Amino acid sequence: MWNSPSEFFAMGGYALYVWSSFGICALVLILEPLFVRARFRAVIRRLKQQQLAEQFDKEISK
Amino acid sequence: MSQINHFSNHRLINWFKLSSPSTFYPVAGKLIPFFWVLTFLFGAVGLWVSFFVAPVDAVQGQGYRIIFIHVPASWMSMFIYLVMAAWAGLGLVFNTRLSAMMAQALAPIGAWMAFLSLWTGAFWGKPMWGTWWVWDARLTSELILLFLYLGFIALRASIDDPRRADKASAILALVGVVNVPIIYFSVKWWNTLHQGASVSLTKSPAMAQTMLWGMLLMALCFWMYTIAVTLMRVRAIILEREAHADWVRQSIEVKS
Repeated sequence: MWNSPSEFFAMGGYALYVWSSFGICALVLILEPLFVRARFRAVIRRLKQQQLAEQFDKEISK
Repeated sequence: MSQINHFSNHRLINWFKLSSPSTFYPVAGKLIPFFWVLTFLFGAVGLWVSFFVAPVDAVQGQGYRIIFIHVPASWMSMFIYLVMAAWAGLGLVFNTRLSAMMAQALAPIGAWMAFLSLWTGAFWGKPMWGTWWVWDARLTSELILLFLYLGFIALRASIDDPRRADKASAILALVGVVNVPIIYFSVKWWNTLHQGASVSLTKSPAMAQTMLWGMLLMALCFWMYTIAVTLMRVRAIILEREAHADWVRQSIEVKS
């Protein structure tokens, strides 16, 4: 169907429309799980710090 | 009687047990990689079919290839809303925490799917209809769907007490369900610029077999992706909301 890579990227004259659609789609779908992972790690970090703080509290009050 | 007990005790999964955040949390963690593998598998095959197998369209040339993400994103935006409203409704009726958390986890990805549907639609409309946007029934109702998702998220964020936020947002989600059939049937009910359904349950699809396969594979990819991301997000939400529960404090990930 495609005779050369440049023909593929030209998309029969629809390059702007096809690649903007696929590009933004890829961007959103890649960034979304990265943000979720960052949120997850932030919760874990906060919970760990909380536990550490509680441990110190206990040791000080001993 | 003993036979019934025997049967119920040996079921593979006890679904009621899974409705508690503490049992669901580790199960979700184990399922995530599995759904990522499926996402990449369907995505790779789907993209290959979309770009290298599906023939060029007689009318729209190569420009029609936007369909391979436009239709799956639109389907998912509507489907996610129904699932989200169902979880929200379950949470409202049975007062279960996990159902509300599931609804909360589904809203952002649903909003993204609605956004992608509108974005790819605009970039398809421009070369084919000559305009980025028209206030047409299909387009307008999809835009309202995006606003419903955003409203759901904003309403949750504006209420401090999570249990009250669960209830208020559940009602909003349930009322908004009326919009989904409006989107789906808008091309039938009104005279619109948007084309009719490409795939219908009752008659054979009006498109080449390979185009249909590309679309279905991409839809499966989006579906698996949604499950993977939702499970990731619901785990974060569970930890945030159950931070004071003993099981969270004793879980491997939190213990240093």
